[in-house]
Amino acid sequence: MKKLVIRNIDQGALMKLNKILKNTFLVLFACLVLSACATSKKSTGQMQGDVYTGTDTVEYLASGVPDRVFFATNESVLTTASRETLRKQAAWLRKNSDITIVLEGHADERGTREYNLALGERRANAAKDYLMTYGISSNRISVLSYGKERPVDSGSNPLAWSKNRRSVTVKAN
Amino acid sequence: MRNLIILFLIFIIPSKALGLIEVDITRGNLNPLPIAVSPLSIDDESKKNFEKTLKKKDIGSEISKVIEKNLKTSGLFNPLDKNAFLQAPDIAHLKPRFEDWNLIKAQALITGKVKNVDDKLRVEFRLWDVLAGKEMMALAFTTVPNNWRRVGHIITDKVYERLTGEKGYFDTRIIYVAEEGPKTKRIKKLAIMDQDGANNKFLTLGNELVLTPRFNPTSQMVTYLSYFRNLPRVYLLDIETGIQEVVGDFPGMTFAPRFSPDGKKIIMSFAKDGNSDIYTMDLENRIVEKITNHPSIDTSPSYSPDGKFICFNSDRSGYQQIYVMKSDGSNVKRISFGNGLYGTPVWSPRGDLIAFTKLHKGKFYIGVMRTDGSGERLLTENFYQEAPSWSPNGRVLIFYRETKTNDKGEGFSAKLWSIDLTGYNERLVDTPTDASDPSWSSLLSN
Repeated sequence: MKKLVIRNIDQGALMKLNKILKNTFLVLFACLVLSACATSKKSTGQMQGDVYTGTDTVEYLASGVPDRVFFATNESVLTTASRETLRKQAAWLRKNSDITIVLEGHADERGTREYNLALGERRANAAKDYLMTYGISSNRISVLSYGKERPVDSGSNPLAWSKNRRSVTVKAN
Repeated sequence: MRNLIILFLIFIIPSKALGLIEVDITRGNLNPLPIAVSPLSIDDESKKNFEKTLKKKDIGSEISKVIEKNLKTSGLFNPLDKNAFLQAPDIAHLKPRFEDWNLIKAQALITGKVKNVDDKLRVEFRLWDVLAGKEMMALAFTTVPNNWRRVGHIITDKVYERLTGEKGYFDTRIIYVAEEGPKTKRIKKLAIMDQDGANNKFLTLGNELVLTPRFNPTSQMVTYLSYFRNLPRVYLLDIETGIQEVVGDFPGMTFAPRFSPDGKKIIMSFAKDGNSDIYTMDLENRIVEKITNHPSIDTSPSYSPDGKFICFNSDRSGYQQIYVMKSDGSNVKRISFGNGLYGTPVWSPRGDLIAFTKLHKGKFYIGVMRTDGSGERLLTENFYQEAPSWSPNGRVLIFYRETKTNDKGEGFSAKLWSIDLTGYNERLVDTPTDASDPSWSSLLSN
C-alpha cells in the first residue's frame, strides 16, 4: 500500500509537468513529422515519464478503440491514458457480447527472462481486472504472457523499450 | 595416509620443482601450465579400420586435438605446439626422453596409444611430470568407436583432476535455446551439444516458442518451458527417447523450472491472477506443493545441492532481489542488499556460492555471492547478459549475452559465453546459430 501512495504523488507531479510541456511536445512532434529528418530526438514527444504515449504501434479493435496500453519500467500500474483506453475496450466488448479476448502481456528486453514472464502476466492481469470492473466477465478474457519474447520494436533504446512494455487486447474468436 | 601427506608437504615446501606439479585453480591463472599433448599413437591396421568406420584419417591425432582444445579452453593449461615435439608419439608413450620435453618447456606430458580391438576402440594414456621425470597416471578405456570424442573428454577430466585436485567438467553437455530470425519474430529451438560445441543437435523444430531448458542432475531428462498451443507450460523431455509431457495440471502459466538435486522433483513458478508463486511437483507421485505464498512475483527458484534450501527471485521488497528459504518455504530471508536489481539466482554444485544476474545503472553483471549474501563479487559487465549455469565442478559459469541494436533494430545477436569463477578466462562458446538459456549437464561418466 505504501508503494501505491508514493506512486500517486509521482504521477501527480508528472501530470502537472506534462501539462506545461504538452504544447511544446505537440509542436515538436509536428516539426519532426514534417521534417522527417531528425530521428534522434523523436523519443521526447512520445513518452511521459518512461511510459509510451505515441500511436506508432497501436492498432484498433474498432474505430476509436485502441488495442493496447503501455507501462512504466518494472511497473504494472495503469496510467490515466491506459484506463481510458480500457474503458473504450470495455464499452466495445459490452456492445459485442459474443467476442472473447486474449490479453497479451509483454515486457522490455532490460530484464531477466523469467522475471519478465511474471511481469507480463501481471501487466495483462492489471488490464483484465480493469475490464472486469467495467462489467466484462472473466470467462471472456484469457491472459497470455510473452515476457520479453515478442517485442514490437527491435531497437535498444528507451523509446523502443517503452513501446514494448505493453498489454495488447487481441480478439480470440 | 598421514605419512603421505607429510611427505608431500616436505617435498613441496623447499622447492616446488621437487614435488609433482599441481595447478592452483582458486585464483585467476595468469601463467597457464605448459603441457605437451603428444598425438596418440596408432598402428597402421587400426588406423585403416577406424578411417573406414569413423571417416577420420588418424583418430589418435583427432583425440589428442580434443584434449588439447579442452585444456586450452580451461585457461589453466597452455598446450604446446606439436611441431616443436622431438620424440615420436609411440616411443614417447613407452618412455619419454624428459630432456627433450624439458627443452620445449613442457612441464607435463600426455602420451597415449589407440588400438582396434574386436572393432572396439581401445585407448590408453599416460600423464607424465616432465620436471620430476615421473609417471603421474596411466589409464585405459575400451568403448564403441563412435565415442571417440568422449574418450578425449574423459582423458581431459582425468588429467584435470590429477593436476588440480578437483573433478573436471569436460565429459558434459550443454542444453540451450538456438535462436534465429528477426528480434520481433524470433524462432527458438531446443538444442544440445557437447561442452566443446561438437555434436550439436536440434531437439525441437521451432514451431512453438521454447525457453529455459534445464538438465536433470541425475539423468538425461530436461525440463523447459514451451508455448505449445499458446499455453506456456513447463514440460519434461527425455532426450534419449524424445518423449515429452506437460508437468502438472495448472490452470495458467508455469515457468522457470529446475530439478531438485536428486532429480525427483521439479520446482517452478505458477502465475495466476497477476501473482507468481513457487511450487514443486514430485515426479513419482505427482503431488504438487505450494512453497511460497506472497502477492509479489516469486520466481527463478534453485535448490541447494543438499536439497535443504531454495534460493529464488522476488520483488516483495518492491524490486527484484534474491531470497533464501528452507525447502518447505519457511524462514524466508533476503540476501541481496547491494545497489541495483538481482535476478536468476543459481546455487553452486559445491554449495558455497550463489551465482546471479545483476542490473545496475543500465548495465548487466554476472556475479557470485555467498549463500548468506556476503562477499558479492561481480565477474563480468555488459549491455545485456543473464542466466548463469554452473559447470558440475562449480568452477565455471556459462551464460548468454545479447548485443545492443542500433535505432533501426540492426545488429542484434545472442551468444553463449563462459567465465571462470575467478573472473578470468571469459570465452565465447561456439554455436551454429544464435543461442541463449544454457544449462550445463552433470558429468556423463564418473
